[in-house]
Amino acid sequence: MYEYDVIVVGAGGAGLRSAIAAQEAGADVAMVTKLHPVRSHTGAAEGGINAALREGDDWELHAYDTMKGSDYLGDAPAVEALTQESPEEVIQLEHWGMAFSREDDGTVSQRPFGGLSFPRTTYAGAETGHHLLHTLYEQVVKRGIEVFDEWYVLNLAVSDEDDPAERSCHGVVAYETATGNVEAFTARDGVILATGGLGQVYDHTTNAVANTGDGVAMAYRAGVPAEDMEMIQFHPTTLPSTGVLISEGVRGEGGILYNDEGERFMFEHGYANNDGELASRDVVSRAELTEVNEGRGIEDEYVHLDMRHLGEERIVDRLENILHLAEDFEGVDGLEEPMPVKPGQHYAMGGIETDEFGQTCVDGLYAVGECACASVHGSNRLGGNALPELIVFGSRAGRHAAGETEEPQITVGRTEDSEVGDVETPVELGEPWTNDAVADGGAAAATAEAVVERTLERERERVERLLDRDDGTQHAEIRAAVQRTMTENVNVFREEAALKEALVDIRAARERYRDVYVADPSSTYNTDLIQTIETRNLLDIAEMITVGALARDEFRGAHWRKEHQERKDDEWLKHTMVSWSNGSPELWYKPVVLEGEKETYEPKERSY
Amino acid sequence: MSTQRQQPETETESTETETAQDRRLEKKRQRAAERERARVEAEERAAADAERYHLKVFRYDPEVEGKQEPRFDDFHVPYEPGMTVLDALIYARDQFDASLTFRHSCRQAICGSDALFVNGRQRLGCQTQLSDLEQPVRIEPLPHSEVVKDLVVDMEHFYDQMESVEPYFQTEDRPDGELEEQRQSRENREKIKKSTRCIWCGACMSSCNIAAGDNEYLGPAAINKAYRFAMDEREGADMKQRRLEIIEQEHGVWRCQTQFSCTEVCPKDIPLTEHIQELKREAVKSNLKFW
Repeated sequence: MYEYDVIVVGAGGAGLRSAIAAQEAGADVAMVTKLHPVRSHTGAAEGGINAALREGDDWELHAYDTMKGSDYLGDAPAVEALTQESPEEVIQLEHWGMAFSREDDGTVSQRPFGGLSFPRTTYAGAETGHHLLHTLYEQVVKRGIEVFDEWYVLNLAVSDEDDPAERSCHGVVAYETATGNVEAFTARDGVILATGGLGQVYDHTTNAVANTGDGVAMAYRAGVPAEDMEMIQFHPTTLPSTGVLISEGVRGEGGILYNDEGERFMFEHGYANNDGELASRDVVSRAELTEVNEGRGIEDEYVHLDMRHLGEERIVDRLENILHLAEDFEGVDGLEEPMPVKPGQHYAMGGIETDEFGQTCVDGLYAVGECACASVHGSNRLGGNALPELIVFGSRAGRHAAGETEEPQITVGRTEDSEVGDVETPVELGEPWTNDAVADGGAAAATAEAVVERTLERERERVERLLDRDDGTQHAEIRAAVQRTMTENVNVFREEAALKEALVDIRAARERYRDVYVADPSSTYNTDLIQTIETRNLLDIAEMITVGALARDEFRGAHWRKEHQERKDDEWLKHTMVSWSNGSPELWYKPVVLEGEKETYEPKERSY
Repeated sequence: MSTQRQQPETETESTETETAQDRRLEKKRQRAAERERARVEAEERAAADAERYHLKVFRYDPEVEGKQEPRFDDFHVPYEPGMTVLDALIYARDQFDASLTFRHSCRQAICGSDALFVNGRQRLGCQTQLSDLEQPVRIEPLPHSEVVKDLVVDMEHFYDQMESVEPYFQTEDRPDGELEEQRQSRENREKIKKSTRCIWCGACMSSCNIAAGDNEYLGPAAINKAYRFAMDEREGADMKQRRLEIIEQEHGVWRCQTQFSCTEVCPKDIPLTEHIQELKREAVKSNLKFW
């Protein structure tokens, strides 16, 4: 049994930043992470970090751009926290040695990015995330913060009062990959989830194999609502064969998109008459797919991204990494020829419902980074707004978990006044037959110790159960089926019938999962076991995304519905919330907060 | 949420409301579906007599019967254009043997998890095209490391060496309330740029004869990390001095015999040997005592 003040789950940018902040605020901190920190997918972020640093720019402009980019589904207190605090967090990173790209006078460079009214994206070549991740890990090493790497968190130790808002989190239970030991980690003050993305629910994604939405699924089953899960960002420039990301920085520096007829379609077909290639990501992704669907794609699959005219010197200076990626993963020389690109799953705007300090409705449980939804990004994230989210909210949650007591403006958790949702589904949802749900049924455990102890027992049993079976279905088949249906049916363009088909497929996958078994009998580095548990999480994630997508019958941001082609502000200025209750999802709604510190962000038509 | 269920609707044509665009899109979809069918059929035909790549993969598990003695397993993986060593391993695991174990995550040569010994050379699995390799493709764990299981090696020693060179900015945090960055010249940023690309994959350390013979040798990755800080003008002269002392220790830069094996295998093209040589020169210049 391990015991700390604060346990951070996941060691990418958000986890590392929150660990540093909590420790600086006096807490005894440990990080528990399924990968070694430097393997985290923050390292793959390319483009940059938005921060209003310079004269002529200010946080209010950044907030305005972000609210507009979110298509008015972002919550103003979170958006304003992001834009106000990003500059100091960026300067802090620079003082920790991060190798930002520089101007002639030695100051940090900034470049234009999609949806921004000012060139405010700071960057380190086209490998900004790599530098951010390593810089933060260096500071964790410097501070001697304990890291349990290659420990996979199986579940949260949450008490089981009927009302999730009365529950509290006392730690986590984790599986040591190298040995197969299952151990409890008690958190005296708080658990911070920083588990990153969930892109593995799709088969064409920029996300790492490790991005399986574990944190969202665990928090969800512990009773924390998941927010706006249908809001999935498809990045317009990924390599067709692998999904490897080609940074928005290419377009920021002046890269141009062409269709098969050599047309600069963003302008020539009127998708974005002002901003062209630098329109918001959702706009560009739909434009590309429309070109392909109308027969103007290349090989009926992709379009071309051309940066040759920028010249070798500028490309090597600012985008060198892109040359390597295009060469290694698509066999294309970006200096000599245009690069093939198509949209790919990239980012989840939704996630675990939190306030602007990362707090969930469960006492002592926090979430930050991509797994969380504060909500900063609403229905569409702007390029360059993910990395500042990691450091701003990582910092805030770390301080808060360590004892800071600032009052939030965003409310979390379901109340009696919450609007109840309703959606017709072709099959029953959830898993009424499981007892995985931490909080279902039982009496409230008397003490924190008892909650942790009971969770440990349950998880040990679960691991035993999975290892004991020697016949059945292997998780890889189930995972592949989920990825296929999500990519086919819950993609950029969404139709009611297809969404329902996805729910049928997910249901079938759940049924098959009842027979899942782990073929590898070993307790040494059993990745078969870990992936089998991840696949369980992906099932819940897929269902949440699809239910949200079916419920939201409007077109907002990244969420396009064939049958509902307009943004319906009268009805839908609200977040889609899904809560797990007795093994089934419940749908409800929470109003969006548009009132900022100085002004209210009035929804306007969104054009670029 | 409502639990009322609705029968899956059968598709009905609503031609009245269909626009020309819808019809075009529908045609387009049908064509795409036909193409997809043709592709699947072609794939199946191809798979039947397909070109298969022959992999010979190292297997070991300290506690599983039959795997306690290291052995090589053969896998025959159907080839697709663009397939990497990592893709082939994933295929073999998901289709043939779920217990086949290897580290991997990002698939794009940035997380540094999948450094392997492929046909006698350290490479990243995700960055290595099968078509560039002779068959059978022999895949082994990184040499000079303790094998945990199959292709997974114990990285602790590597991490310890990396962390022993004080790999973090030493200057104190930024002064309160000030929102100003430190200045760094473009030239200086350029100078450290390649050294900052290290992804901690361990390929260099595994290829180094000196590291194999001297367990305390810092090794190329850690020395490169030290280089990244020593050469960064933002830390100042005193810190540089201190950093040179660290890499000048008994098991530091002077152990390197400039065999260039680390430089040859580095998947991020970091000129490791050059960096080590430059640190030697810097150390001499600063008139430190050395052994």
